[in-house]
Amino acid sequence: MTAIAQLGAAAAASPSAAAADRLYPLRRALETLGAPLAALLLAAAAFAVLLAALGKSPADFCALLWKGAFGTWFSWQNTLQRAAPLLLTALCVAVPAQLGLVIIGGEGALALGGLAATVAALPLVGAWTPFVQITMAIAGFAAGGLWIGITGLLRARRGVNETVASLVLSYIGIALFNHLVEGPLRDPASLNKPSTWGIGDANMIGPVPGTELHPGLAVGVIACVLCWVLIFRTSTGFAARVTGGNLRAAQLQGLPVARLIVLACMLGGGFAGLAGMMEVAAVNGRANASLLAGYGYSGILIAFLARHNPLAIIPMAVLLGGVGAAGGLLQRRMDLPDATVVVLQGFIFIAILASETLYGRFAWFQPRGKA
Amino acid sequence: MAPAETVTVAMVAGALRVSTPFLFVSLGECLTERSGRINLGNEGVLVLGAMVGYATSYQTGNPWLGVVSAALAGALLGAAHGGICSLARVNDVAMGIAIMLAGTGIAFFFGKPYVQPSAPQLPRIPLGFWAIESQVRSALEVSPLFFIGLAAAFAMDWFFRATRMGLRVRIVGDSADAARALGLSIHRVRLLATAAGSALAGIGGSFLSLSYPGSWNEGLSSGQGLMAVALVVFARWNPVHCVIAALIFGASGALGPSLQTIGITKGYYLFYGTPYVVTLLILAVTIRPGKALRGMPGELSIGR
Repeated sequence: MTAIAQLGAAAAASPSAAAADRLYPLRRALETLGAPLAALLLAAAAFAVLLAALGKSPADFCALLWKGAFGTWFSWQNTLQRAAPLLLTALCVAVPAQLGLVIIGGEGALALGGLAATVAALPLVGAWTPFVQITMAIAGFAAGGLWIGITGLLRARRGVNETVASLVLSYIGIALFNHLVEGPLRDPASLNKPSTWGIGDANMIGPVPGTELHPGLAVGVIACVLCWVLIFRTSTGFAARVTGGNLRAAQLQGLPVARLIVLACMLGGGFAGLAGMMEVAAVNGRANASLLAGYGYSGILIAFLARHNPLAIIPMAVLLGGVGAAGGLLQRRMDLPDATVVVLQGFIFIAILASETLYGRFAWFQPRGKA
Repeated sequence: MAPAETVTVAMVAGALRVSTPFLFVSLGECLTERSGRINLGNEGVLVLGAMVGYATSYQTGNPWLGVVSAALAGALLGAAHGGICSLARVNDVAMGIAIMLAGTGIAFFFGKPYVQPSAPQLPRIPLGFWAIESQVRSALEVSPLFFIGLAAAFAMDWFFRATRMGLRVRIVGDSADAARALGLSIHRVRLLATAAGSALAGIGGSFLSLSYPGSWNEGLSSGQGLMAVALVVFARWNPVHCVIAALIFGASGALGPSLQTIGITKGYYLFYGTPYVVTLLILAVTIRPGKALRGMPGELSIGR
């Protein structure tokens, strides 16, 4: 769709006219920034009305939201901690999206990645720590990559729709996860919350010195930057974007479409698996139901908010992580249920996704020239 | 009773109980998808329906009013999804997940005060009155909502086959061009189909809180709303097949607990995953590259 629109725009504007319109890139940037910001304000306004109707002060809410999300070093740490897994699960959607695929199975890939990382670490407890951690990362990446890779294979070889296939595979993955965690791999000592055996305190990834931040955030940011380079600065990424823009043209050019689909799915799934590994290695220390906290679904929304641009994922994940982090403070100070932040997140997602429709609606943002 | 009988009775009981929310959500999803749109937000609708149904039943003392208000709440949320998705360039898959998040959030937000009190429950029809064993009796206590769902499935099948409105929904779902040529309002048909589908999903939610498990808490839904998408694929977009799909998916969930009654505790979750494996196999085997699945509406975004 977009590629066709771009082609049309390119055909309409002759080279000299395009040259005359030097401010167009600036206006285009303004449009990409303005539409989601307007939507964000709309969501905030709707939420303020809701709060006022319930007799709570929207002004207090905003102040506390800011304080709980970005106001202090402590809240920044909390925010970034929550953003870390979202960076990786959003990549699970954004990377295949370059080929026009909509993958929604990140939740299952994350769970299996975390489980595989734990299983890989169990026989190695007591071994050299960096070796154990690297093995865990490889195992997590491989498990997630395999799971979404199956989706890609089904899509490329059999033409099975990837959205449905990834959702169904995600449920199969979660069923497998629950079976192993509550059955063969269960630590008998975990009574209330079935868990696997722990990976051992020595193998946990500690916080960055001087902070409470675990390195998962750095891994996520590096992954986003690497994906951006891969997509926008390499020929493989270009081939992927061509395929996403116009499948027929890509096939006629002889691009290896099937291989690109499988590769993109494996890469994306690998990142989701890595997110699971990080949650195990840096937070939980074992695989259990804590891995199924909805990071996979939030990742889908963040990728769409970022319009599948890996660099835009970073601020979006921090924004939504911040809203989540403020939940505890709002609950304590304003006596609001902890689901308040989920409602706000829902409003934000709906508004920003709906704002997609604003692109191209206003002629002022469009390329112009003397025609 | 012999072990085999015990398992069968427990499984039939489980299937009848567990399948009802599956049935309503998959019927709702089926209606929405036949109009050419996917609604992953039915997960949020299910949770919201459970909360609204429970709260209404508690406040008014009438569980049937709870069912009606759950349907209304579902229709509202569905209309929000349908309305926003009519805007150009809005992705219905992503919007569905946003609606799912918002719906669960709103349900937890307003449902907090209703976690403790107990609301009047829906009555059950004692179909096992003839039996001597108490297990069989309790197993065959079926909620009237199950039969309403059954009736809804056949009514929807008739609606698609024999009514003008049903034909319109099918045209809009199969070919937007044909619908435009006939002068049908695509947006309006899809909006109504989405709202009606979500009303059904809302009723499925009210079953969760007013019949089985029969209470309201934040862990009530185990993802039936999202799974409905898989059920509809399994049922090939046919409402009557949705009944079979709901019973099979319900029974597979009930197989684990019923095997527990005779002391087999292994493999609980593997049985649970089996229908999804079957769905995936159906998808992988029956699709020929370049051809859509038989029965799939042509305009569905997940069909391309």
